[in-house]
Amino acid sequence: MTDKELAIDCCLLAGRLMMEAGAETYRVEDTMERMAKTQELTAVESFVTPTGIILSPGSPHHTKLIRIKNRSTDLEKIALVNSVSRKLSEGEYTLDEAYERLIAIKNANVMFPFWLQLLAASVASGCFLILYSGMWSDIVTAFVAGGAGYLTVTAVHELTKVKFFAEFLAALTVALVAFFAVQTNLGTELDKIIIGGVMPLVPGLLITNAVRDLMAGHFMSGLSKGAEAFLTAFAIGAGVALVLSF
Amino acid sequence: MDWIMQAVLSFLAAIGFGIIFNAPRKMLFYCGFVGSAGWMVYSLFETISEDAVQASFLGAFVVALFAHLFAKRFKTPMIIFSVAGIIPLVPGGTAYNAMRHFVENDNLTAISYATKAFMVSGAIAMGLVFAEVFIQLIFRSRFKKRKVRQL
Repeated sequence: MTDKELAIDCCLLAGRLMMEAGAETYRVEDTMERMAKTQELTAVESFVTPTGIILSPGSPHHTKLIRIKNRSTDLEKIALVNSVSRKLSEGEYTLDEAYERLIAIKNANVMFPFWLQLLAASVASGCFLILYSGMWSDIVTAFVAGGAGYLTVTAVHELTKVKFFAEFLAALTVALVAFFAVQTNLGTELDKIIIGGVMPLVPGLLITNAVRDLMAGHFMSGLSKGAEAFLTAFAIGAGVALVLSF
Repeated sequence: MDWIMQAVLSFLAAIGFGIIFNAPRKMLFYCGFVGSAGWMVYSLFETISEDAVQASFLGAFVVALFAHLFAKRFKTPMIIFSVAGIIPLVPGGTAYNAMRHFVENDNLTAISYATKAFMVSGAIAMGLVFAEVFIQLIFRSRFKKRKVRQL
């Protein structure tokens, strides 16, 4: 493999890792082009969408396309890839070192342990109950409902690849837990418990990214991310509505 | 007393979201700070003006402002800080009420709630945009001054 080909692969890998971790489209394009330019690929052009990346390094090299199959939220991965690209541009890493670092980032699992995520989701639900002026006596119910919802969304994501189904089932679980808690006098305000419990499912990253992509002029990515956020929100609403309609 | 409690709770909630979105461990404290600052501004302004749209705008503006400042300070992408901070401002309660009234066949009330949720989302987006432009203008003018001095 020649130096230039390695540089192109390096750019693509960085772009792919960032896109899979949920970075903004314009940041991915910016990172890839900056990396390419430090490797003397001056005629580089890239086109990034949430589902695929096209990178054209200019003649005599071939244009390459990679597909992005699964997207999740992993802010630490974005920060790590960003620092590799920064160090490559500043000359702190050589190309080979940067590529090795990217491969290491790709294979590493830097996620928090699942029990901590579950605890975080439950605590956040409890906090939101109080922030939305709920009653202190409901806090345990919101804690449990939020945890159950987050557990459901993670478990269903593992089982099926169908989008929005996991969020629908999770919202259904939250609403059911809240409903039965109120029925058995363990909770009082059904509305507040459901709102608190549903909060960990809210597509926050998608909303912020959609807005920032639209601002940067990336209308395709902005609109498709906006559509994804809207459908997720709709799935949550449908899950809650199913329980409320009884 | 109530204000201190709100600050602590929003801080905890933002850190919780930082963990869910896997923010870098060292940045969790700052995520919490951004979330808390945004919520306090939102909450304070909502009690004064009783208008969720303006309050959401200001809250999102403060979130994005701090996120940009931290991003410059730590040389990391800005979304690490802004994502957790935006979530408390998302009109979850209003959207829930809209859904609830739709289910109960009370469409008129539902539409008014849905419109409000839509307006608040727009206000959050505008807050993010304004903060970005604001930061760009400030840093650009500082950069220009420095260049002039060097000449």
